Amino acid sequence: MSETIKYLFYPGCSADASALEYKTSTLAVLEALGAEVEELNDWTCCGASAAPVASELLGLVLPARNLALAEQSDDQSDVLAVCSACYTNFRRTSEAVAADPALLETVNQALEVEGLTYHGAARTRHVMDVLANDFDLEDIEERVVRPLTGLTVAPYYGCQTVRPFSPFDDDERPTSMIALLETLGATVHHHNRTASCCGTSLQMTKLKVGVSMTASVLEACQPADCVATVCPMCHMNLDSYQDRVSQMLGRTVRIPILFLPQLMGLAFGLPESEMMFERHVVSVQPALDNLT
Amino acid sequence: MSTLDVVNLTAVKRDPAFVDRLSPDGRLLRRCIQCGTCTASCPASPAMDLSPRQMWRMVQLGLEEEVLRSKTMWLCSLCYQCQVRCPRGIPLTDTITRLKEMALKRQLAASRESAGFYRTFTDVVRRYGRMREMEFMVRYFLATNLLNGLNYAKMGLALFSRGKARPEFPKLGGEGRLDKLFERVAELEKAQ
Repeated sequence: MSETIKYLFYPGCSADASALEYKTSTLAVLEALGAEVEELNDWTCCGASAAPVASELLGLVLPARNLALAEQSDDQSDVLAVCSACYTNFRRTSEAVAADPALLETVNQALEVEGLTYHGAARTRHVMDVLANDFDLEDIEERVVRPLTGLTVAPYYGCQTVRPFSPFDDDERPTSMIALLETLGATVHHHNRTASCCGTSLQMTKLKVGVSMTASVLEACQPADCVATVCPMCHMNLDSYQDRVSQMLGRTVRIPILFLPQLMGLAFGLPESEMMFERHVVSVQPALDNLT
Repeated sequence: MSTLDVVNLTAVKRDPAFVDRLSPDGRLLRRCIQCGTCTASCPASPAMDLSPRQMWRMVQLGLEEEVLRSKTMWLCSLCYQCQVRCPRGIPLTDTITRLKEMALKRQLAASRESAGFYRTFTDVVRRYGRMREMEFMVRYFLATNLLNGLNYAKMGLALFSRGKARPEFPKLGGEGRLDKLFERVAELEKAQ
């Protein structure tokens, strides 16, 4: 890689709190790959799945506030989202105002109270896209000091990483992780639930339905040693509900769920303090023990 | 209404313009050919009272009350499977979000949990500008069903013990971080 790539980083609420290890591992990996990353100053919530339900306009204004901040701070760099819901909200907003100039005007009438103007120019990228497409596999391979030999990994992309916006991968059968994981030295467990739903907030509102969705994903990921995810919501559902899943299936399901950047950091030999494996509900240790 | 009821279309109140009031482009729903790809693609359809295909037909027929009172929309997890597969190119998932908004605004929401979830979430964002996960959880259970919180107690303890969850004390009173923005949005919506 010759020139330095710069990103405006939007962590989103989850990666700044419950999924902090996702943020720290992403930053450590991008730094190791020579990218420059700057966190968006004064960012606020994208609205998740809730704001667009409360009000159609609010569901556009909350993402637009952050995109306006991004345009103001650096109009050259891509906005980097690590959460698939933030990513989808940002993309949905960009598309909506691009198709309707009057809507952009209304959005800006709202943003006036924050002293901001959104031009519809900021481009949002998902960390999956960035990791798979902005760096040569040779550069990644060069960074590997501890190959993940002996580790079988089930890739899991989730829904909104590739749907409804899929500028970088197939919207039903994504493949972005495969070459990356193989470059790290891992063995890929291919399965047919890579872009199925984890249950999202149904885990809170319709527990049984949500858990049954999580269960079908985890079942497909077995017998891999661990799962690789690229969304904090997916991670929370797959990692924290395995007791419930086991209850529902009538057999114990216990499979470590890692963020893809954590696996990369592990292979790059980055400090464990940035990977923070100890934060996971299901212990990551059995997977680490498989490394030869 | 259960899924097997026969609807007598001459006896019920219908509003054929219902589809036109749905965005992003409700008129596209007139294109629906009832192929059922949405139902077959939906991971939650077995738990719904109306299957997605039935619901979209009822939307076409203008059975607004029946649609807004059904549980179907509240089981949608926004996986976008139906939307990307729809052979008629209808933005089905995005339209479900609009149905949820309508049902909440008209107080017809068939799910107390979902209504509480969306309202509490939005209010926390208004107050702090960002999600506060633990405060949200506590307020969500208070707003819906406190005993239901027990279902999550064991998981909550696991999250605390690993540092994933942190105790949070609500800020009572005072101006919310996004009050002004929320108020402006409400004004603009009224004016529309």
